Amino acid sequence: MIDRRDLLKGAGLAAAAATLNSTRALALDTVTLPFTNGERPLVKYPQKRPMIGLTSRPPQLETPFAIFNDGPLTPNNAFFVRYHLSDLPYNVDPDKFTLEVKGKVDKPLKLSLMDIRKMKATEIVAVNQCSGNSRGFSDPRVAGGQLGNGAMGNARWRGVPLKAVLEMAGVQTGAKQVTFNGMDGPVSDKTPDFVKALDIEHATDGEVMLAYGMNGEDLPFLNGFPLRLIVPGYYGTYWVKHLNEITVIDNVYDGFWMKSAYRIPDTPCNCVDPGTAPKATIPINRFTIRSFITSVADGAKLKAGRATLRGIAFDGGKGIKEVSVSIDGGKSWTQAKLGKDLGKYSFREWKLPVKLAAGPVELKVRATSNGGETQPDTPRWNPAGYLRNVVETVRVTVA
Amino acid sequence: MTMKRTVLLTLALATGLLGSVTAAPIGYQTPDEVAAFKPGPNLDVVTNNCTACHSADYVNTQPPVKDRKAFWQAEVTKMIKVYGAPIDDADVGKIVDYLAATY
Repeated sequence: MIDRRDLLKGAGLAAAAATLNSTRALALDTVTLPFTNGERPLVKYPQKRPMIGLTSRPPQLETPFAIFNDGPLTPNNAFFVRYHLSDLPYNVDPDKFTLEVKGKVDKPLKLSLMDIRKMKATEIVAVNQCSGNSRGFSDPRVAGGQLGNGAMGNARWRGVPLKAVLEMAGVQTGAKQVTFNGMDGPVSDKTPDFVKALDIEHATDGEVMLAYGMNGEDLPFLNGFPLRLIVPGYYGTYWVKHLNEITVIDNVYDGFWMKSAYRIPDTPCNCVDPGTAPKATIPINRFTIRSFITSVADGAKLKAGRATLRGIAFDGGKGIKEVSVSIDGGKSWTQAKLGKDLGKYSFREWKLPVKLAAGPVELKVRATSNGGETQPDTPRWNPAGYLRNVVETVRVTVA
Repeated sequence: MTMKRTVLLTLALATGLLGSVTAAPIGYQTPDEVAAFKPGPNLDVVTNNCTACHSADYVNTQPPVKDRKAFWQAEVTKMIKVYGAPIDDADVGKIVDYLAATY
């Protein structure tokens, strides 16, 4: 059977060949995501392996999906990149970097990176997923970054709890929210700066953290060096990069990126009839539950007989209870064996030995969380193309 | 031999230490921007107005939709109203026409 690892090796060789022969690079260095207008260049940025290029200014890079078959942690050099505004702090000096903590606090702080590194460190394995991950599969299609399934990744983050920093500053009575601003900003002063907010209870839950480390290394520049916010279980929009300004406020933040952008329908399914507008919206928050087959690509040709299917599952923080797999298009399901538990916010690997009979086969995977949430058989729709978590189908030919 | 080893060890320790404290990619450089707008009417107006804030692939990668005019009118309006793009009123129609005709 064709293993995605082999495909990946092929891609690596192609990329190596491309650097040696730039004429061939154009032909080799493209990938086509499985939706209309899905052709993308494979691009090489410093600190990154060849990535699927969505946009170049500001940079947005998607992880080639085959990498998710390599293990539960996504390598730093393959981790997706998403920016909103084009003025990036390319010349950030970690020795001069300061994090400011201000607003409704007793003692405003200015912390150097060294100050933060000297504090008691904590680690968590957590998935970061772009709100717009998989937007390209929205039907009808919607405006925005047209991503496949690669705007997600799982890493071991190292840093300090936001709670500890806020305790140092002394949050005042009446505090409602905490806002987060990074060093990246707009090129025009008329464009709203990217600022996000969390409720004070969430910000001080001990899990939200300020991270300087990722999978045992410093954060790559494009993933927020030297410091970023980690909001386990929540969409990436809250994981502010190059974080240098934390403000405690006594009201609900009404900046553009909270009040108007990154909103989901305020309905039980957070969805509306395809093509319609919601009556009311709320800020996007926790991940919906998802699962993927990573060992077999859509359209693959497999040999009849025994094979082992593998993949990953994750949710918004309850943890994965069960993953079931169907090799007959959803008629019957078999429970897969779960891999090592790296924590409730992590990718959970799964595998299942199967026996494939000749013919066209639809492979499906469905996860259930410890909270009972599972994946729908048909996709839910919303105008921004968020929250996709339909049961994924991989179509293969067995011979 | 022993001295060489000590030097190497010291170097390794120093690099390790530096690596953990300041592995600063100061002066991070992105690759050259290669995406370009497709040829079409009023291309110069589009280039002048849109590329100050973002690369052309923001437009190139958008999905084909049924009502292209409405889609692109909404996008251009968003750029002006929400993101504060300083686009002259006289240019708005030209930009929308180009986008609807070309993408």
